[in-house]
Amino acid sequence: MAGIGTAALRLDGPAKVTGGAHYGSDAPFGKPLYGVLVTSGIARGRITAIDEQDARAEPGVVDIFTYRNIGKIVPGNIMDGDGYMGTSIAPLASAAIKHDGQIVALVVADTFEAASAAAYRLKIDYAEEVPAATFDSPGTETVAGVVASKKHKDPAVGDAEGAFAGAPVKIDAHYATATQHHNPIELFTTACSWSGGKLTVWESSQNMWGAKTGLALQLGISPDDIHFVSPFVGGAFGSRGSLTQRTAIVALAAKKLARPVKLATARDQGFTIATYRAETRHHLKLGATRDGKLVSVSHEGFEVTSRPDNYMVSGTDASTRLYGCPNVASKVSIVHADRNTPGFMRSPAETPYIFALECAMDELAYALNMDPVELRKVNDTQNEPIKGLPYSSRSLVPCFDAAAKAFGWSKRSMQPGSMREGEWLVGWGTATTMYPSNISASTARVTLFPNGTAKVQTATHEIGQGIYTVCALIAAGKLGVDPANVIVELGDSNLPPAPVSGGSNSTASVSNAVSKACDEILAKRAQGANGAIEAYAENIPKGDPPDAIRKLYKGQPSFTGGTESKDSIRFAFGAQFVEVRVHRLTREIRVSRTTGAFAAGTIVNPTTARSQLMGGMIWGISAALHEATEIDPRNARYTNKDLADYLIPVNADIGDIEVIMIPEEDSIVNPLGIKGIGELGNVGMNAAVANAVFHATGVRIRQIPIRLESLLVA
Amino acid sequence: MRGFEYVRAADPADAIHAARQTSSAPPTLAPTQFLAGGTTLLDLMKLDIMRPTRVVDISGFRNRTDGIAFDRQGLHLGAFVTMAEAADHPDIRRDYPIIAQSLDLAASAQIRNMATLGGNVLQRTRCSYFRDTSWQACNKRSPGSGCAALRGLNRKHAVLGTSENCIATYPGDFAQALVALGADIEIAGPSGARRVKFEDLHVAPDAHPEIETILNPDELITGFAVPAGPWTRRSLYLKVRDRESYEFALASAAVALDLHDGVVNEARIALGGVATKPWRAREAEAALKGRALSEANARQAAEAAFATTKTHGHNDYKPELGRRTLVRALMQAATVEA
Ligand SMILES: Cc1cc2nc3c(=O)[nH]c(=O)nc-3n(C[C@H](O)[C@H](O)[C@H](O)COP(=O)(O)OP(=O)(O)OC[C@H]3O[C@@H](n4cnc5c(N)ncnc54)[C@H](O)[C@@H]3O)c2cc1C
Ligand code: SF4
Repeated sequence: MAGIGTAALRLDGPAKVTGGAHYGSDAPFGKPLYGVLVTSGIARGRITAIDEQDARAEPGVVDIFTYRNIGKIVPGNIMDGDGYMGTSIAPLASAAIKHDGQIVALVVADTFEAASAAAYRLKIDYAEEVPAATFDSPGTETVAGVVASKKHKDPAVGDAEGAFAGAPVKIDAHYATATQHHNPIELFTTACSWSGGKLTVWESSQNMWGAKTGLALQLGISPDDIHFVSPFVGGAFGSRGSLTQRTAIVALAAKKLARPVKLATARDQGFTIATYRAETRHHLKLGATRDGKLVSVSHEGFEVTSRPDNYMVSGTDASTRLYGCPNVASKVSIVHADRNTPGFMRSPAETPYIFALECAMDELAYALNMDPVELRKVNDTQNEPIKGLPYSSRSLVPCFDAAAKAFGWSKRSMQPGSMREGEWLVGWGTATTMYPSNISASTARVTLFPNGTAKVQTATHEIGQGIYTVCALIAAGKLGVDPANVIVELGDSNLPPAPVSGGSNSTASVSNAVSKACDEILAKRAQGANGAIEAYAENIPKGDPPDAIRKLYKGQPSFTGGTESKDSIRFAFGAQFVEVRVHRLTREIRVSRTTGAFAAGTIVNPTTARSQLMGGMIWGISAALHEATEIDPRNARYTNKDLADYLIPVNADIGDIEVIMIPEEDSIVNPLGIKGIGELGNVGMNAAVANAVFHATGVRIRQIPIRLESLLVA
Repeated sequence: MRGFEYVRAADPADAIHAARQTSSAPPTLAPTQFLAGGTTLLDLMKLDIMRPTRVVDISGFRNRTDGIAFDRQGLHLGAFVTMAEAADHPDIRRDYPIIAQSLDLAASAQIRNMATLGGNVLQRTRCSYFRDTSWQACNKRSPGSGCAALRGLNRKHAVLGTSENCIATYPGDFAQALVALGADIEIAGPSGARRVKFEDLHVAPDAHPEIETILNPDELITGFAVPAGPWTRRSLYLKVRDRESYEFALASAAVALDLHDGVVNEARIALGGVATKPWRAREAEAALKGRALSEANARQAAEAAFATTKTHGHNDYKPELGRRTLVRALMQAATVEA
């Protein structure tokens, strides 16, 4: 009987490949108007004049909305600060410009073509001030994380400085990661339609209930009057977890014009109206004994954010706890610049911070002349070092053993530059990956019909991870029906709330709620219920506050997992291995093969789990070698806002990928023992690639992406 | 994009007639533009960078079957042949691998199916300040406005043939193959046809980056004549870039060799990704003539090719990458069967 653990094909696959899956811009609104955004060409200053005459002369133009006529929109707080927004910078609140590519107008016309032609004809004059672009730019403001946020702590234990001073082997190095943008293939679209005071919004979202609550706050109406719809999401990666400021603008335009309005944001505008992963810097100091035991770990991180918002990923939470070590120090600071507010992007915290730590570990292995895998094993621990809490489960060593064997690691020669194939230098690198195992309160409604079919309803989000299929598998297994006979409804805010599909919590949160509803159906049936049996369940994870469900109905998830619980520390782990080839002359870097072994508790659907982990590994290769948003430091503006210049790998850049799943049981994380895997696959890859490049060439590159020019030295 | 008048041309003469110009603007800024595959033109119109008021559609000429011909003089390529057709032609692959490779390694399969050889050689630079109208300073886009790239982000910009007014890289690949092989270009205009060395088609930016070629706006490229030679078979196009496919060159080298017992009778070399126009490396050719093709000699030739470069910070690496690219291309070409 199919259920948890069945390798099932995506139930929504046929709809996706035949055009049957509907996305935000497919909103079935009759006679819509089309909106096109105009965004600012400066990062800081003011609008001094808007000349609409020429734009309004374009045939088909209906209206132009700017700060002068849009009406009242409450800016809202960012999600990190208990709000729902990606940024608190309200673009049409005044003439002020606070970041590059800020929305300055929405042009609405009968056709998309007329709206875009008119958008070019709109003349806006600015008074420009000199903005601060990024680290080292004059005018930035650096604030300690503990000052900026009550939530942030700088984990520390023992005397890291003293232990470092006395350590026989030391690494002291600086690392950096680039600005990145999610660039989901589906553009940022919004369609709004009003009817009798009620608003329907079609917009791809990872957070239905959060979006409707947040938008209601912005518009000053009741959340009950907003219906958010998003049956499918064409990629998100964190970019659709928070609300962008565009949605309220489209909603007000549709209201004023009393017609549905559809907006499709252009690719380049997606770089500036939504969130992104900010650039980071790290200072790592590791001290170890001659046999490789860490005696001191210190990690200092710097992250860029906007002027008003204290967005911070605080990855020291994870990096200070990865290995056993008696003396740990850390500090995170944020650097305010004239940029839009950054936000969640696939493993926001772990990606940059574990990159720095895992590169430093490789450097330590070389300083010790010790195999990098051995070094990780020597420092493995079942208790995190800060408070001594036990890991709910931690199978890092089995992951290293399995992946090393499959990869053929024992044939590696330690010496950098010692492996070659023809004209190509070959390098093998490795790194640990880790990701918190989150779960949130969640709700679901399940109905079992007498004909052996069932229906699952929950306002979660299909962001490509395969949650339709997961819901069907859980219900099928519990109720003893065929997964193909389970109808799954999600992506609609009229359904019972589920948390934001972020932090890799969805499968754990939603599965446990669906499972609970199924248990209630079975109980009702045992008590003699017949006909269609329906059950609505609220799952409150152990240790969650009692008001977790009330908060969920306000779009606020209650994450327990990672370092959030009092009795244990909850993470999934993996070991990642990478082979790169670097041409001896021209130094192109190409990844020829990768192997990852992961232990993440119960795997609900091995087929889609494999896709998730593989996708994560590709994502990591992309971050290590390709992705970077370039910022012109003179005026804090992005210069490569398209997919020709913002590189992601093509198929030919990705060699063989092997994904190994290590069995693991964990009854502490949640009753079904599920740990999230959506963000586990990429975290270690950045360092694994960088370490492989070092092994191939002997050149240690401490910032990503790594480009060939940095290897032309030798 | 903005509105424009659309004219579908029946044949080349009709197209030239429809493109009669009333302004004196150079072709890049002319109000009338030919539409071949549209893969450059439509992109730039959507970005509001090119704003023709009249578009003369010549895409129908792509279906002519007489586009590729061989004789004792060499190879003739029609301007309306698609990149894919030329790249896939078995005789071109055998006798002019440099041409097939320069096309195979360009763009994507979809674009190669649409794009024509004539349009290809006229593709515009990928300089990001050029391709975004919200940047004020770009002499190529708005003559006299300055150059944002000089002190901006210029990792992909040129190091050869630059001026104080523009350092934009010529982005294409195919043109280097034509330059290396010494091809001619055939041009038809209102007052008849002319034929010039392909190498002379493009001009370096100097004072007028908006002037990219010697063409007049109402002139149509009709074909390319590639002379036969003892070097065409032992030829290749090497393209170095950040990712394996679907990207423009950081540096590229088109080389064709006439070798006798490992000694260079004649070498034909063109460089891409490093220069403001398709770049013939005559100094490198001369440095190799009569010498054994060793890696050391190849390196000397590469030094000669990049003897006088001008870099602007982010592209400081390019001369060295260009040298290495040329060395690698030469050594690899030497192993090709003639
Ligand atoms: C994403 C992307 C990636 C690319 N990557 C590469 C790459 O790696 N390497 C590479 O070499 N190229 C690359 N290209 C460029 C591509 O090869 C060119 O866009 C294409 O060859 C242009 O041909 P076309 O027929 O589409 O020209 P069009 O866009 O139709 O025309 C281009 C210009 O030439 C004029 N024109 C066209 N034909 C004639 C003619 N016969 N006579 C006179 N004027 C004419 C037009 O008026 C227009 O101004 C890429 C393009 C894109 C969009
Ligand atoms: S390099 Fe040329 S194309 Fe680029 S900004 Fe300068 S003038 Fe314009």
